[in-house]
Amino acid sequence: MIRTIGLCTGMAFGLAGFAVGCTPVKEYRKNRLNDSEMSLSSRKVEKNELNFQSYREGASGANGGKTGGGCGCN
Amino acid sequence: MKRICLTVVGMYFMLLHAFSQVTSDSALFKSRKLKLDEVNLVSSYYTQNGDHSAIQGGIGSEKVTDFANGIELKWVGWDAKGRKNTLAAGLGIDHHTAASQAWISKTGASRHTDGLRIYPSLDWTRENEKKGSSVSLGGYYSNEFNYQSLGLSAGISQKTKNNGEFGLKLSGYFDRVKLIYPSEFEPATFGVGGRGERDHPDYGSSPRQTYTASFSFSQVINTRMQASLLLDLVEQHGYLGLPFHRVFFTDGADSVERLPSNRFKLPIGVRLNYFLGDRVILRGYYRYYWDNWGVRAHTASLEVPVKITPFFSVIPLYRYYTQTAANYFEPYGTHAQSDAYYTSNYALAHFNSSFFGGGFRIAPPKGVFGTHMTSLELRYGHYTQTTDLVSDVISLHLQWK
Repeated sequence: MIRTIGLCTGMAFGLAGFAVGCTPVKEYRKNRLNDSEMSLSSRKVEKNELNFQSYREGASGANGGKTGGGCGCN
Repeated sequence: MKRICLTVVGMYFMLLHAFSQVTSDSALFKSRKLKLDEVNLVSSYYTQNGDHSAIQGGIGSEKVTDFANGIELKWVGWDAKGRKNTLAAGLGIDHHTAASQAWISKTGASRHTDGLRIYPSLDWTRENEKKGSSVSLGGYYSNEFNYQSLGLSAGISQKTKNNGEFGLKLSGYFDRVKLIYPSEFEPATFGVGGRGERDHPDYGSSPRQTYTASFSFSQVINTRMQASLLLDLVEQHGYLGLPFHRVFFTDGADSVERLPSNRFKLPIGVRLNYFLGDRVILRGYYRYYWDNWGVRAHTASLEVPVKITPFFSVIPLYRYYTQTAANYFEPYGTHAQSDAYYTSNYALAHFNSSFFGGGFRIAPPKGVFGTHMTSLELRYGHYTQTTDLVSDVISLHLQWK
């Protein structure tokens, strides 16, 4: 658990470091960032892949998807 | 002099007229009723094979097919205060077949080897674009023969001045597991039907609750790169196994899997997207997972969309996953009857898996094939586990706007 908390904290600090070190980007310079392939959320076409992975594997979550509901039992 | 005076008076009235038009922003804004803005259709066909069925205690066919179809309709409108309201209604229908279900009967004679799942959902989001904030509410229901689920969620998000965004979503799932036991453990009061199949007027059910707090933070790093951090805190209570999963002990006797009635999960993930040059995008993802059943897992994936033209992309992908076994997992015939908890469900075993494949996406400005369809995406993936489970999935996403 301590290792996990350490890892989470490390990742949070890593992203916070990115946030501090990031370059301010004006709206008119976001053409690449606004490209649909650059979206930070899961793609709709992935939905059923994420479902079967969560049923066949012990881990799930932290991917913007659903975290409960549905049996998936076969 | 008279002309100058008249000019001044005229200018005064012009100014007066001009200022009389100044009103508050909200009064200037005309609300727009909700209007259908987007339709999404997602279809998938999934097939799997393996030889570690949990129903037979970790042996036997895991052959499964699943045909899933979902439609989502999205309406968008603005209220008098200029806030954007989005209402999304979804409906999914899955049909699956599973060879292992025949073995709920000890002789492999159960006739019900297929099933249907129906799951409607409704989500509402109100976004204040001036303040960069949003609130959302959602409802979800899923029904299949042996499992019902009701989900509720509420979320907020807030953009920062520096191209970042915080999000928090709380959700609860209130499920019921139908208590369908392997035939040898069915209560003797169950009768036998006309075709030799047992009659089950009422199986009874057991509750399962899942509470999740999902935190997210996304940040634009420069004109080509953005990242997000995702953290879920998940607490589950209730019946967390499945009543028809068998376990065989060292002495040859069998029972139904037995698992603790609570589970705490802690997954944390990072996404990093980078636009390389003018045509290639790198979409990276890493997740570390921890739970109090002893499962530790790492997931890493990379997708590389390549823009052949501005409206046509080819997307190869690879995902690697590894996990340790849950404390309660043992293979067929190795659990001791004295164990407090036991399962032979290979989803909780130690294994590694690979998922690779690819797809393409078309989104021409004049519509796909000149129709109103704004984008079409097709994707195929092949999955292998070191437990010998293999599966294939093909998915299609069509969008109209």
